[in-house]
Amino acid sequence: MPCDTALVIGGGIAGMQAALDIANAGFKVVLVEKSPSIGGRMLQFSEVFPTLDCPQCIGTPKMLEVGSHPNIQLIAYSEVESVTGTCGNFTVKIRQKSRFVDPSRCSACGECSKVCPVQVPDERNLGLSRRKAIYIPFAQAVPNIATIDPDYCLHLKGLKEGKDLCRLCQKGIPQKNLPGCEAKAIDFNIQNKIIEINVGVIIVAVGYDLFDARLKPEYGYGVYPGVITGMELERIDESGGPTLGKIVVNGKSPRNVVFIQCVGSRDKSVGVEYCSRVCCMYTAKQALYVKSKLPEAKVTVCYIDVRAFGKGYEQFYERVQEAGVIYRRGMVSEVYKEGDSLVVRAEDTLSGEIYEERADLVVLATGLRPSGDTVELARLLNIPVGADGFFLESHPKLGPVETAVDGIYLAGCCQGPKDIADTVIQAGAAASMACIKLAVTGKGTESA
Amino acid sequence: MVDTRTELIDRYDLTKCFQCAKCTAGCPVSLKSVLNIRRLMREVLLSPDLQGTFHKSEIWDCTTCQTCTLRCPRGLKPHELVINLRSLLVEEGEIPKTAIDALEGVYKHGNPWGRARSKRSEWSTGLNIKNLTEGDTAPLLFFNCCTTAYDPRVQEIGKALVTVLRTAGVDFGCLGNKESCCGSEVRRMGETGLFEMLSEDNLKLFQNSGVNEIVTVSPHCYNTFKNEYPEHSFGIKHYSQLVNSLINEGRLKFSRELNRKITYHDPCYLGKQNKVFDEPRNVINAIPGVTFIEFDRSRERSLCCEGGGGRMFIEASASGQRLAEIRARDAVEMGVDIIATSCPFCLLNLEDAVKTTGNEGKLVVRDILELVVDAL
Repeated sequence: MPCDTALVIGGGIAGMQAALDIANAGFKVVLVEKSPSIGGRMLQFSEVFPTLDCPQCIGTPKMLEVGSHPNIQLIAYSEVESVTGTCGNFTVKIRQKSRFVDPSRCSACGECSKVCPVQVPDERNLGLSRRKAIYIPFAQAVPNIATIDPDYCLHLKGLKEGKDLCRLCQKGIPQKNLPGCEAKAIDFNIQNKIIEINVGVIIVAVGYDLFDARLKPEYGYGVYPGVITGMELERIDESGGPTLGKIVVNGKSPRNVVFIQCVGSRDKSVGVEYCSRVCCMYTAKQALYVKSKLPEAKVTVCYIDVRAFGKGYEQFYERVQEAGVIYRRGMVSEVYKEGDSLVVRAEDTLSGEIYEERADLVVLATGLRPSGDTVELARLLNIPVGADGFFLESHPKLGPVETAVDGIYLAGCCQGPKDIADTVIQAGAAASMACIKLAVTGKGTESA
Repeated sequence: MVDTRTELIDRYDLTKCFQCAKCTAGCPVSLKSVLNIRRLMREVLLSPDLQGTFHKSEIWDCTTCQTCTLRCPRGLKPHELVINLRSLLVEEGEIPKTAIDALEGVYKHGNPWGRARSKRSEWSTGLNIKNLTEGDTAPLLFFNCCTTAYDPRVQEIGKALVTVLRTAGVDFGCLGNKESCCGSEVRRMGETGLFEMLSEDNLKLFQNSGVNEIVTVSPHCYNTFKNEYPEHSFGIKHYSQLVNSLINEGRLKFSRELNRKITYHDPCYLGKQNKVFDEPRNVINAIPGVTFIEFDRSRERSLCCEGGGGRMFIEASASGQRLAEIRARDAVEMGVDIIATSCPFCLLNLEDAVKTTGNEGKLVVRDILELVVDAL
């Protein structure tokens, strides 16, 4: 029987926008998110170009709306396991991972994390800080429920060997006046479960991964603590991040900062031929916030071409240069160490000068790669992937959100690198295509 | 020349170069030589004829370390353009005198050092090495390289390899006086025709010697056999790979400690170009007592010694600090006793640099084979 529900896979800005648009049109939506909270990468940024507004401020309301919308069923910490059927009537099995926490009881008070003895690298801060084995990923998480990480929890690891260890989150530490979970929400017996749903259409919005800077060994990422990625700088700059917004590297404020563009973009030597589209602008933004937080610092951006194509972007690029950021045309070939400083070796092709810049912070503008889930998801959905590794749209101009399979649409960076504005546009387009299809194959619900 | 220009544009895909300058920035000689490989790519593309683009003495400064090519984001081969421009210079006879001597030496005597062919195997007098060109048989060919054959310092490395192979019970043979230059440097000095002749003659000689595998002393021979010779079925190994497997198989055991602080200099032709990074390090680390310290610039970021690309036979147009001297100074600062390496050219250049920087007595340069022999 034709179904009037849409499935959205991925709860980043693309998935959230698509889900909200479809839900607001009066159709039911199931939103599946892999991690414990929706929000995606946008919520990891500290500021967004070219307006420099705070992504938490513009993103959190969307998250809350998704979490409370009567037409949206949010299934977080879950992954699609199988898909059968055709447009108008897909059967989808979703594997919901156990959080070992009863969502109906958890009040997100955080007492469990306080007593948990296990420190784990915090994914949200890219390992620059630690979280506990029982955790809420961040204050604005939706759903706001604690999750136990089975890879690190002492009790869950002990159970495999038949031992009853720890359980401090349940028991608390009374002598220190730390109660642990008073709501009795923690339940180590909760199992993964399979949820089967019927949907009429599917929107894929699984986002992207970042290029692994270790694949460019000439830059010394992973060797020198002073060489970091752009995403790491976002976390360092954010007031709620590991350094509370202070630009600090090796315990010091850097005095000479070099940004290197196109790390893992436009680079056949690592099999990435395409331009990642966002790095020029995110680097410009970062150069500006570093320069405004550290006015005395010398800030240099090394680039091949500056691609400031969006609305207001060229003006923003000019503003960054006005602020004193030096743009030098020419790729950095190598970073090495001399004494305490990093030496960045490049040629300024506009002056023909080959120079060695002594820097104490080097930021790599790593490009966008297809999400690691792409291949498996392409198999499950039977939709094609392009030569660049991203999902392939049905026509590069006239079918930018459709796929080769009727009723399956693409939104956001899973189709190719794009900025937030373009992602939201594509999500809206995918939602609109989904609604048109649902209006034909199913019927709208009463609430609109 | 117009046709040649069009050929060069096609052969090296010059229209695809987006002038990012990753090549020049990574070129080890770009800070001291006027050679600008990025600009050269552009000049060849734009010049109406080639005059003026390649009649430049700095063309001979390139060490063919290949850093430009290995890092080119467009997958182009700037260093091959340099070699091609050199071949145009060779055609016009515009070539440094010392390079002419080296090439003539190879043509006449099979080696670039101007030494007699009849003395090629003199280094092994008394070692009773099987000669595969005189009826002896063995599964492994020990390819010695011209420098190891004639240079008294480098001869020690060849002898060390003989000791190591015999200790491990490896059956091998040589080509005696019939061994000829591999042609690697010949090709890089622009003598393409001579290189083709050498590669064909050498392959024939290998085939007639009845071997399956070849082990080389020099990474330059290793690279050219493996990557530049016409298709063949010989297994090609650099000795560091072979010695590493002999140690892993338990066929080579150490009985003495070497209580030294040792660093390792990656030869470009072994490391960067062929990704043989781990085997030489494994060999050094297998020696008891060794404290191993890495150069900051190591592996893919290793600094060239300036010995490749015919530069052993050509004085560079550029003055300024030799890169091997930077290496020697860095090593002194690191407080090591020994710079180990695994290439005859690197060995000679680094030894020279230790002397010219006045660091004789503070540290020594040794081939990893010599370290192995010391610890047997």
